[in-house]
Amino acid sequence: MVYVIRRLLQALFLALVMSFLVFAGIFAVGNPVDILIDPDATQAERARLIAQLGLDRPFHQQYFIFLGNVLQGDFGNSFVYNRPALGLILERMPATLELAFAAIMIAVVLGIPLGLYAGLRHGSVGSQAIMAGSILGFSVPNFWQAIILIMVFSVALGWFPVSGRGEVGEFLGIRSSLFTLNGLHHIALPAINLAVGHLALVIRLARSGTREVQAQDFIRFARAKGLSESRIVLVHILRNILIPIVTLVGMSFGGLIAFAVVTETIFAWPGMGKLIIDSIRLLDRPVVVAYLIVIVVIFIILNLLVDLLYSLIDPRIRLDGARQ
Amino acid sequence: MSATDTQPPAPPPGAAPLAPRAAAPERPAARVIRDFAKSPLAMIGLAMLVIITAAAFLAPWITPQNPYDLRSLSIMDSRLAPGEVGFSGVSFWLGSDGQGRDMFSAILYGLRISLIVGVVACTSALFLGLSLGLVAAYFGGRIDTVIMRLVDLHLSFPPILVALILLAVMGRGLENIIFALIVVQWATFARMARATALSERQREYVEAAQSLGLSGTRILFGHLLPNCLPPLMVLYTVEIASAIALEATLSFLGVGLPATQPSLGLLIANGFQFVLSGQYWISLFPGIALLLLIVAINLVGDRLRDVLNPRNIT
Repeated sequence: MVYVIRRLLQALFLALVMSFLVFAGIFAVGNPVDILIDPDATQAERARLIAQLGLDRPFHQQYFIFLGNVLQGDFGNSFVYNRPALGLILERMPATLELAFAAIMIAVVLGIPLGLYAGLRHGSVGSQAIMAGSILGFSVPNFWQAIILIMVFSVALGWFPVSGRGEVGEFLGIRSSLFTLNGLHHIALPAINLAVGHLALVIRLARSGTREVQAQDFIRFARAKGLSESRIVLVHILRNILIPIVTLVGMSFGGLIAFAVVTETIFAWPGMGKLIIDSIRLLDRPVVVAYLIVIVVIFIILNLLVDLLYSLIDPRIRLDGARQ
Repeated sequence: MSATDTQPPAPPPGAAPLAPRAAAPERPAARVIRDFAKSPLAMIGLAMLVIITAAAFLAPWITPQNPYDLRSLSIMDSRLAPGEVGFSGVSFWLGSDGQGRDMFSAILYGLRISLIVGVVACTSALFLGLSLGLVAAYFGGRIDTVIMRLVDLHLSFPPILVALILLAVMGRGLENIIFALIVVQWATFARMARATALSERQREYVEAAQSLGLSGTRILFGHLLPNCLPPLMVLYTVEIASAIALEATLSFLGVGLPATQPSLGLLIANGFQFVLSGQYWISLFPGIALLLLIVAINLVGDRLRDVLNPRNIT
């Protein structure tokens, strides 16, 4: 319990530091008045706007006002949409989470069987093909791979739509395009694109895990006992390779949200990632700041959860570090 | 390079740390080269890397046109398919883009920018990370804690996110993207340098240097540093590949390099608008060039990892 509280305090401190860094960075970049004001405005009008926005106050005062507003969920209005920036981001979050979820499902559902196969039939042609494919999956830059997917499956073959989220269905109160056929059709390419890197990782983990577990005594004992091959693989091996894969999946969720920036931009997926890129291009400062703070908070929470889960899954891991 | 003081296999134990210079410093390097050449795949990678680098740096002399000299471009030649002959009689082997730029020339110029950005950023990150990692390992205590906390914090965020945050704040530009890449990568080097230095610190030659009364900085830079280099060189190669990929991604997203410095990522981004109308070559070929470059670097890095691994020395 002491550990949890200490981690929570650390996380809060980190969030505070990051908010300061983001604010200081934005502060250093230049004067928003230059963007907001009519270029023909007189010096007096300019000074009035600066005073009105509080930009004439000292840096620390501005920061505390900013922090106070942020704690109340007020990041200011978007220059482009003229709506609260935080609302804009939260509104797009489900689309991003849905994409990340679909990508993880693809990586796990395809990756574990492929990795198991590559581990069990080590050295076979199929196994080598799988491993070569996974190396390629690592090397191909994500954005270019997305373009190739579009070229092949949308333009040349015409199987999948190029962009958008499709129809959104509702199931158990959750709205997601995973619940409609049209939505599934739309999410296929972006989800595959986002999944490839993690698919390669899952394959490698499953393969090396299988090879390691296979050589252990309890597997040899199970064989000697005359258990069927399918029972050995599906129960005894699978269960033992799952732990590192589960941790990987937990840890990579954050990475997927970050990488979704690329996928969303290319497939015009209406999530947070596309919003931030558009906002950077349009110099929509409140949205950029709000996104950065939201993403930092998400990351701090994810890291905290993963650390706590670690100690739950594997009691040997003591995170205090004090007692060994 | 004198990075391998401890590696000559012959000297009897105890003698090695004090008199390494006499034992023909050329030998370890020769061994590395010989071992490296044993893998055909790695040699292919090296050959690809040499050809790509040479082509990129000789671009102004070997390309059919200067793609950024507006006088040599003709809008009549725009979006020609690969192999078509242009208005002025030049053939465009890899096609041309929306401004009538020869893709082959544009790719070589783009490769040059991508390579420079990757190498400059990665080298600076190596120096920064190496110094901090060595300092952390050598002095230990509170300095170590502070540096490593920072590294851990840093590595818990994905690189693309850190770079995106920085570039969102600073805006696009050559210096900015190099700065962002350095910030992204120093922590990886620092962690590796510290881990290597910690294990090297236990070795006898450090103790010997200390008992000779050498100063801390002298031991740190004269003795520890050279011995930490081999694993860092491997990391350095692989990180150049990831720096180039990251730069391409950021430039593709429009937050990296400005349009006046068109790297491969920007070329691919320019071609993206034509993909839907079936004009695949503007995005495809720069992407292949990028992929070949990354694969070549990774092949070389993989082999270096095997060759420089002390456990593999027999």
